[in-house]
Amino acid sequence: MRLEHFQLIDRIIDISVSDRKIRTEATVPSTNTIFEGHFPGFPLMPGVLLIETMAQTSGWLVVAVNRFERMAFLAAVKDAKFRMFVTPGQKLSVTAALLHEGSGYAVTQASIALGGKSICDATLTLRVMDFPNHEMRLKMRETAARVGFPAEVPANG
Amino acid sequence: MSSTFDTIANIIAETCDIPRDSITPESHAINDLGIDSLDFLDIAFAIDKAFGIKLPLEQWTQEVNDGKATTDQYFVLKNLSSRIDELVAAKGA
Repeated sequence: MRLEHFQLIDRIIDISVSDRKIRTEATVPSTNTIFEGHFPGFPLMPGVLLIETMAQTSGWLVVAVNRFERMAFLAAVKDAKFRMFVTPGQKLSVTAALLHEGSGYAVTQASIALGGKSICDATLTLRVMDFPNHEMRLKMRETAARVGFPAEVPANG
Repeated sequence: MSSTFDTIANIIAETCDIPRDSITPESHAINDLGIDSLDFLDIAFAIDKAFGIKLPLEQWTQEVNDGKATTDQYFVLKNLSSRIDELVAAKGA
């Protein structure tokens, strides 16, 4: 996780456009100023950042399904549940499945597991729209390369 | 079997917590019922699932923005019902 850049996904482990599924990996940093406040003497990964981790995983899936022609933006979070504490240094396995592709939006079911055990999950709605500008699309391609976005998903449709 | 309008009205009532009896075929989803674009995504999701269609929200929005259509044509519920019936019929054709 690059918390200071709000880039929470380390690596795309597996992605299937045909099955509409993705699995990513994200390791919580061992140290970060966030843990100084959340909480002093008892560092925990904030739940909102776990939601963001699921949202970014869902976003990569939606971007892949749209062949990098369109971008996904988090619009709604439903039924978010946090079942266990997440602490510094833990390696998270994040999955998302596309439940529905609407016109201009997508709905995913996402979850995070730790050691094979589900620790949180939510249903996410993402707005799907054209990239707002060319620069953003280029930057997203750079990030995509860093996290292992598959080369076989065309960059230009 | 309930009508298309009844299904939509029930979805709106449940999704947006609007009293069912205040929702009529003449209701405008935005102007009368106060449904915003985010809530309408939830409604669209439920309609898509209920009818097995994909409401062309982006196309409708573009037509309204371009002045080629009015919001009444798509968001007055009796008109929305007709659009859904057309999409369902086109799917089965």
